[in-house]
Amino acid sequence: MSDKVFATPADAVADVFDGATIMFGGFASAGSPTNLILALYDKGTSDITAIANNIGLGDKLDLLCEKPQFKKLIASFAIRASAKRKSLFEALYTAGRVELEVVPQGTLAERIRAGGAGIPAFYTPTGVGTVVAEGKETRNIDGRDFLMERALTADFAFVRAYKADRLGNLVYRKASRNFNEVMATAAKITIAEVEEIVEPGELDPESIVTPAVYVDRIVQAPSHAIRWFN
Amino acid sequence: MPSAGLTRELIALRVARELKDGQTVNLGIGLPTLVANFLPEGMTVQMHAENGLLGYGGIVTDDAQFDQDLINAGGQPVTLTPGASFFDSATSFAMVRGGHVDVAVLGGLQVSATGDLANWALPGRGAGGIGGAMDIAAGARRLIVAMEHTTRDGEPRILEACTYPLTARACVDLIVTNLAVIEITAAGLVLREVAPGVSVDDVQNATAAALQTQDVAVMDL
Repeated sequence: MSDKVFATPADAVADVFDGATIMFGGFASAGSPTNLILALYDKGTSDITAIANNIGLGDKLDLLCEKPQFKKLIASFAIRASAKRKSLFEALYTAGRVELEVVPQGTLAERIRAGGAGIPAFYTPTGVGTVVAEGKETRNIDGRDFLMERALTADFAFVRAYKADRLGNLVYRKASRNFNEVMATAAKITIAEVEEIVEPGELDPESIVTPAVYVDRIVQAPSHAIRWFN
Repeated sequence: MPSAGLTRELIALRVARELKDGQTVNLGIGLPTLVANFLPEGMTVQMHAENGLLGYGGIVTDDAQFDQDLINAGGQPVTLTPGASFFDSATSFAMVRGGHVDVAVLGGLQVSATGDLANWALPGRGAGGIGGAMDIAAGARRLIVAMEHTTRDGEPRILEACTYPLTARACVDLIVTNLAVIEITAAGLVLREVAPGVSVDDVQNATAAALQTQDVAVMDL
């Protein structure tokens, strides 16, 4: 049996190269692949194009702005207008040192889903008549305007799940699926950090959310406490 | 002027009156979150959180119960109601765009006479925080905007045309503010209700678009 299990987060991200496009799962405190992010921070990989729902909401992704390691961020929620304490990302963005593409959250999820499903583009009503529509094709279908949005794929996806079996089947805990489930499908190499690794057959096939075909590497790593809410 | 009329809690209470038993409802961050506190006794609605949760209950304030994997889209820790379900972000927004969410309540910065909504960025600021607002505004079957009628400086938020970056065009069905309840119809803005102690003229003076005022009631709170 091919073994997808890696000993440490550092081992699992060892071949992540400068300039890589990386998807990071998670939504605020839920399901962020913190151990993999910290390993990437230690490794110092640079010029990353990051795809994530959010940054600076208690997640450790913001740490990658220290050196900085990002070239570009594609996200739905990158800057809070009312935040008392600014994130490192916001400082970097304000200084013009990082590119930002802001994408409506549902469009972001669907672009990633499409990327993993072999669909190059799709039409959505979201963003019609807004700044999001600039430079994109708008098409009227059955009397309503829609925007064409293109799929997103990546070199790596970092995801956080609850349990994996050694084949790479994943189950999640509560509302931590969020972007992890689609991101796991849309990268050349998907790396999952999990609370616990079990033997094949120990996960109920009915409960598996991410089938093993999508997962290339698994590493056992503890959940990090993240405290963030309004 | 900004302090005239209803408190934030009373705005939320008035919005809650718009909900019907059995509906699926998405509440935006901020003022709309308060709507959950004012559901009439015996009414059951399914709360949809776009981060991947249907059927959440109250906000958790007890630290001992905090679970970082169980949050709503505002990042707040929540409880579950019986029959709750979890799903991923793509599925969650498929529900929204597909017209399966009956009512969404969002905050607003500006609303136009034709129901355009601006609620995610001030001009020249905040390039970075769309979140789920555009999808929800484009996809919810009925969209209620809950907001203060004017800015802190007394500038109208309800205008002929929005000047702030748009969230979606022609998406708003009803506006509930500290001063009034205004319906957006094909024929324009219709003033339905005024807050107790607020006159029709007060509302019109705080609104930079024409209101139809043939049949106005005082809010029954």
